[in-house]
Amino acid sequence: MIKLSHIEKTYDSPSGPVKALKGIDLEIARGEIYGIIGLSGAGKSTLVRCINLLERPTAGSVIVDGKEMTTLNDTELREARKTIGMIFQHFNLLSTATVYDNIAFPLKLAGLSSDKIREKVEPLLKLVGLENKAHQYPGQLSGGQKQRVGIARALASEPKVLLCDEATSALDPQTTRAILELIKDINRKLQLTVVVITHEMQVIKDICDKVAVIDQGVIAEQGPVLEIFTDPKQPITKEFISVLLSNDLPAAFRGGQISAEPIPGAYLLLRLTFIGESADDPVIAGMIRKFPEVETTLLFGNLDQIRSTPFGRMIIGITGPQDQLQAALAYLDTKKLKEEVIGYVKRHDSTAE
Amino acid sequence: MSSDMIPLLSKALGETVYMVAVSMVIASIVGIPLGVLLHTTGKNQILEAPVLNRIIGAIVNAVRSIPFIILMVAIIPLTRLLVDSAIGTTAAMVPLVIASIPFIGRQVETSLKEVPYGLIEAALSMGATPFQIIWKVLLPESMANITAQLTTVIISLVGESAMAGAIGGGGLGDLAIRYGYQRFRPEVMLATVIILIVLVQAVQFIGNTLAKHLDKK
Repeated sequence: MIKLSHIEKTYDSPSGPVKALKGIDLEIARGEIYGIIGLSGAGKSTLVRCINLLERPTAGSVIVDGKEMTTLNDTELREARKTIGMIFQHFNLLSTATVYDNIAFPLKLAGLSSDKIREKVEPLLKLVGLENKAHQYPGQLSGGQKQRVGIARALASEPKVLLCDEATSALDPQTTRAILELIKDINRKLQLTVVVITHEMQVIKDICDKVAVIDQGVIAEQGPVLEIFTDPKQPITKEFISVLLSNDLPAAFRGGQISAEPIPGAYLLLRLTFIGESADDPVIAGMIRKFPEVETTLLFGNLDQIRSTPFGRMIIGITGPQDQLQAALAYLDTKKLKEEVIGYVKRHDSTAE
Repeated sequence: MSSDMIPLLSKALGETVYMVAVSMVIASIVGIPLGVLLHTTGKNQILEAPVLNRIIGAIVNAVRSIPFIILMVAIIPLTRLLVDSAIGTTAAMVPLVIASIPFIGRQVETSLKEVPYGLIEAALSMGATPFQIIWKVLLPESMANITAQLTTVIISLVGESAMAGAIGGGGLGDLAIRYGYQRFRPEVMLATVIILIVLVQAVQFIGNTLAKHLDKK
C-alpha cells in the first residue's frame, strides 16, 4: 500500500544543511497497522509527512496505492491527499467551527452538497461516539473528544490510509487507550492501512502489527512487533522496550557488582522470556523438580499480550552447586523460551548476611 | 448652550461618521486582501514568494512612516485627480483611505499569524487549495482577532479625520478648531471633545463585543 524507497530529506539551516532523513526504505502492506517509533528529533514526523508530501523528500520515491507521489502536479497531489487521512498530536481542529462542521470540512472542500455531507457526517459522529456533541465547539471538548473529532474528520473523505502523528501524545493514559482502541477498531472495520508515529512503546505494543525504529534519520530496526519485542537487536530498540518492560533488578540486587564468573554465595540471575504456548508451560516447576539442589528465587515476573500472543517475562535467581547450575541452564535451553544470563550477583540486603 | 450649537454639532458628527465609515470600508476592501497577501507570501507560508513579500512590505512601511498631516498635503495632486477637488469631506477621505490601507494590512497580517500552522497543515493534508485555506481556515479562524484590530484602525481614523478638518474636510475636528479655538467658544470645544470620547468608547465597545462573540476558543 505504501512503499518508501531511499527517502532523504535535507533542511537548510543557518548553520548549514541538516540531514533529517538519510535513506529510508519502508514497505507497509494494505490493512496493516504500522508503527514508527523514535525519539524526538529522530525524523519520524518528517518521515510521516513525506507520505502525503506535506514535506517533499529531497530524494527518493513515495508510492501510495500504486501512485508515485513525488511526480504528481499540484492538482493531482491534492486529489491523492484526499485518499490519505491524517490526525495530529494537537488535533488541529478549526476553533470557530462546530464538531459537525469540523468533520464536514474535507467534504465542503470537495464541494459536496449539504445533504450529502449530512449523510456522511452523521455515521461518523456515531462511529466516534460524539452524536450529542455535534453542535459544540472544540474549545468545549476534552482532549480525547477533540481527537475523536480529528479521527472522524480524517475518515470523512473515505481514505485508504490513516496517518497518525503522535495522535495520543497529548492525552492521558486512559484516554490514550480509548483512542488506540478506536483506531484499532476502525482499522478492522474499514480495512484501513494505518501508520502510527509515536515515541511510546506502549502504543506500538497495543495496536501495531509491525514496527520500525528510527534513529538519527535511519531505520535502526524493523519487523513484526512480537519479534522486535522478544528479540531486540539494536541498543535503541532495547532502550524503548526497557521503558515498558521493567528490566531493573529487584532492589536487593541493584547496585551490586555483576560478575560473569561464579562468586561464592551469589545468585546467578537469569532473564527468561516466554512467547506463545511456552508461556503456559510450567518450565520453572520442571526445573525445580529436576534439580532439587538448585535453589530458585523468583525476582520479577509478568505476563502480557502483544496483539493476541501471550508474552511473559521473568527474572529468577538460582544458586547451588556449579555443576547443577550448568545442568539447569542446559535444561532451560531445551525449552521453548529465551533465556539471557545476567550474571552472578550477591544480595546486599540484610537477609543475605 | 446657545441655540446654534445643536445643528453645528450634529452636522459635524455626521461628517465625521461619514468620513470614517466610507474610508474604513474602502480601506478594508483593499487592506484586508493586502494583509492576506503579506501573510501568505511570507516564509514557509502557502503562497511563499520572498521577493513579492519584500516589495509589498517595503511599500507598506514607507506609507506608514509618513505622518498623516504630511501625507494629507503631499498627496493633494492625487486627491485632485481622484475626486476633482482638494478640499471638502470627500477630498479628505482620499488621504484617510491611503493612510489606513497599510495600517489595516499590517493589522490583518498580525491576526493571521496567530492561526496555528497545524491548522493549515491539516487543511493541506485534506487536499485544500491555497484559496480554500485563506477563505475557510485563515480568515474565519482569525475573524475575532481581525475585528479587534480593525476597531483600533477605526479609532485612529476618528483621530485622523479630525486632522483632515484642517484642509476643510469638515467634521468634529474642524468644528472644534474653527468655533472652539478660533472664535473663542470653549463650550463648543468641550462639547466636541465629549462627543469624540463617547464616539470612541462606543466604537471600542461594539468592537470588543463583536470580537468576543466571534471567539470560540
